[in-house]
Amino acid sequence: MSMPAVETDRVSVRFGDFHALRDVSFAAPEGAFVAIIGPNGAGKSTLLNVILGLQRADSGSVRLFGRHPEETGAQSIGYVPQLKTLDRRFPARALELVVTGITRRWPWRVSKEQRERALAAMERTGVARVADRPISALSGGELQRVYLARCLVREPSLLVLDEPGAGMDVAGEADMYHLLVDYQRVHQSTVLMITHDWEGARTHASHVLLMQQGLVGFGPPQEVAQEERLLKVFGYVGHRAASHGGAPRA
Amino acid sequence: MLEALSYPFMQRALIGGALAGFLLSYYGAFVVQRRLAFMGSGLAHAAFGGVALGILLNTQPLWVAVPFTAVVAVAIVAVRERTALAEDTSIGVFFAVSMALGIVFLSLKQGYAGDAFAILYGSILSVTPADLWVTAIVAAATVATFTLWSQWAYATFDKTLARADRLRVTAADYLLNVAIAVVVVVSIKVVGILLIAAFLVLPGAAARLLSGTFRGMTLWSVALGISSAVAGLFLSYFANLPSGATIILLQAFIFVVALGAGRALRSG
Repeated sequence: MSMPAVETDRVSVRFGDFHALRDVSFAAPEGAFVAIIGPNGAGKSTLLNVILGLQRADSGSVRLFGRHPEETGAQSIGYVPQLKTLDRRFPARALELVVTGITRRWPWRVSKEQRERALAAMERTGVARVADRPISALSGGELQRVYLARCLVREPSLLVLDEPGAGMDVAGEADMYHLLVDYQRVHQSTVLMITHDWEGARTHASHVLLMQQGLVGFGPPQEVAQEERLLKVFGYVGHRAASHGGAPRA
Repeated sequence: MLEALSYPFMQRALIGGALAGFLLSYYGAFVVQRRLAFMGSGLAHAAFGGVALGILLNTQPLWVAVPFTAVVAVAIVAVRERTALAEDTSIGVFFAVSMALGIVFLSLKQGYAGDAFAILYGSILSVTPADLWVTAIVAAATVATFTLWSQWAYATFDKTLARADRLRVTAADYLLNVAIAVVVVVSIKVVGILLIAAFLVLPGAAARLLSGTFRGMTLWSVALGISSAVAGLFLSYFANLPSGATIILLQAFIFVVALGAGRALRSG
């Protein structure tokens, strides 16, 4: 049996008296598409930060492909952060941002080979036409696609995405899912994605990780989407399609 | 002009001005983009404490001011990293303490007065060959460690992304602050403590208005920093004005021109 791509064992994180995460344990197999779902403040981003090695757990451990996150080569991880961390006033072209996915440093000069690779990735995410535009002139949806191109250009074996659909229109979000699923199938990679889009997760994810400070459920979407679990996490179960933060249906 | 160039003090001032212009404007690009203008001011006042201690100890002020200011730079980052205090609060505390120490040190020095104006306002007459050597060594070290530009730029753009790519962001921040501290100290004689923070900001701010990339911003900043320092020194010599103030006023003029040029570029 192959080792899990991502494995957490009783991971807990506290900020003062507040438990952001409490004893979170799960193992995502290689090739899994894991949608991380929960209300605001459920600890989803904290969990991703621990997995990426950006935040130390107070207790418990994380393994990526059997190794400690800080020992895992950054080149094997593609990360799409939340847009809110972006400083739009930084003087940069979209292409330069994508090239950081190759160089892992800000490029002083972009070589022809780097430009071609970055453009190919931007072509896949549908933003090659904005390659030489300043990032300050891009829409939220275009920026998300630029970040996605930056993530894909290094051909990672683990993709970690923090609300990549935020700022995208419905068609854009559907394109993003298809792109991720295609990439994942071709490269046998693993995807961890925070989303509020329950319908998208049900359709495209192989696993759902339902959170509320701790783990409420982990497994295939149809197994996790039990009424009592959804009630525990969201307080109620909706009777309508519930994308973009609405209540999910059992 | 040729006559001015024949004086050794003017030759030293021009070389020192060009080197200080290069250093302050190179690091100034990071200061502007990281919104560290207050840091420049804080480190300049910390340098005052160091210089005053050097004068009190009857030693070359630079030898005391460099470590003194570097320690303050490290302390500012350490307080930010390890407490809930914001960086400007941390800078404000060290700024005030260093200034107070400087005043006390100078008051303890019997008969001191002459160099005070040179320290506060800058003086081309006070640049010594030893000052030039130290500034040249710092400039050479900056060029030799140019690969750090890519790391600092990446962390300036997004610290989280840089950390996710295993960049040691906190170590890079310490290093950048220490480098700025050293540059501030070695540039004091040309620009003066009161105006050195402006020199850290003005060329970078004008460069930001003229460029759409961080590489372009850095290059513009350095070009404006060197040219304004050299031109400002000539102006100060011929108009018999303090060198630091003349350079800063020239840079302010360039900034206003860049404001107009940037607006024209955007509308064109």
